[in-house]
Amino acid sequence: MLGISPKIESLLTSVSDPEIPVLSIMDMGIVRKVELLDDTYNIEITPTYSGCPAMDTIGDDIVTAFKSKGLNATIKLVLAPAWTTDWITERGRKSLEEYGIAAPRSAEVDKAALLGEANTIKCTNCGSLDTKMVSRFGSTACKALFQCNDCHEPFDYFKCLK
Amino acid sequence: MLQEKLYNYLLHLGDNSMILGQRLGELCGHGPELETDIALTNISLDLFGQVRNYFQAAAQLKGGDATEDSIAMLRYEHEYRNTYLVEQPNEDFAHVIARQFFFDVYHQLVLRELMKSKNETLVAIANKSIKEVDYHVDFSSTWIKRLGDGTEVSHAKMQTAVDTLWRYSMELFKATDTEIWAAESGVGADLDKLKPIYLERVSALLEEATLQLPENTVFQYGAKTGMHSENMGFILAEFQYMQRAYPNMKW
Ligand SMILES: [Zn+2]
Repeated sequence: MLGISPKIESLLTSVSDPEIPVLSIMDMGIVRKVELLDDTYNIEITPTYSGCPAMDTIGDDIVTAFKSKGLNATIKLVLAPAWTTDWITERGRKSLEEYGIAAPRSAEVDKAALLGEANTIKCTNCGSLDTKMVSRFGSTACKALFQCNDCHEPFDYFKCLK
Repeated sequence: MLQEKLYNYLLHLGDNSMILGQRLGELCGHGPELETDIALTNISLDLFGQVRNYFQAAAQLKGGDATEDSIAMLRYEHEYRNTYLVEQPNEDFAHVIARQFFFDVYHQLVLRELMKSKNETLVAIANKSIKEVDYHVDFSSTWIKRLGDGTEVSHAKMQTAVDTLWRYSMELFKATDTEIWAAESGVGADLDKLKPIYLERVSALLEEATLQLPENTVFQYGAKTGMHSENMGFILAEFQYMQRAYPNMKW
């Protein structure tokens, strides 16, 4: 999508969200544009949530990663088009689940689950569908807190954002 | 001239969210239960994130050495454009929820209008913010219903909060010169148009929550034009302290 070389892609893939270290920024879908002008890579990233405190860190981490390979990078934060959870890649969804965070579902399923109308969010510990929402706001703005009725483990659910 | 009007409009938008965000931030570690504590501070964080977007745009318009931080923290009290509603103290959880609900419904309506603004920056900010604010409305509405239609005690506390705070709600819709300009030029929301929708939504939800809007309310106006309540000085004293005591200090 970005039309970048494998080298640049692997550099960007090496940077992750500090709050979800298993998820690379490429798999999160927040890297929107990479442009080489003169000898500087101008990189556009978009925030997941307006107040996401990780964005500044992510920007710094990208610059540092590029610098470690002797490359220059500048970061620009863009707001439009607004990020959606649909931009999380298949690989990203898998790493989220393995990390213990249930991946976002479609908007309809998400709404029913958050309103407590249907049990559709799978426990990341035992796989049971018998789960309940404990709080719509979890450890970070992008997550809701769930608990499994079978194994009783609490787990995070990455809320659908469209 | 046009730039100055737009700058002022950005302050109107940003200041409400910022002062409410500051009030919610006071609850960090003091929420009635852990999940609610986290929810309220998450909402605060959303609001501050949105404020940063407004004030970064404002700083660009203003030019010179203006930054998002100087706009947020180095103005005098009468230069803040927020309403009385958001500067009201936390009191108890019912007050926190009533204040939030009265603001959220307004906030959601305004953002939906800004999504159609003639100003591209506002469209981008609104498209981003609305996704977050939809959750805020859900959160405060759910609690209004749970407490209003809950126990005798929770109902009484919720009704008291509604009675106390309702008088500050209509200021949200009393357009200042800046807001009239914004509506007429297609940059901002037309508050007159939104007011009946607001009243309908708020009434419907309160009815569902077995709560009532007080009658014969004497609505309070003035904060938006700089005549803030006594609360504002205390909020700003805490909010601005670091930047006033140690100018340009960074984390
Ligand atoms: Zn389980």
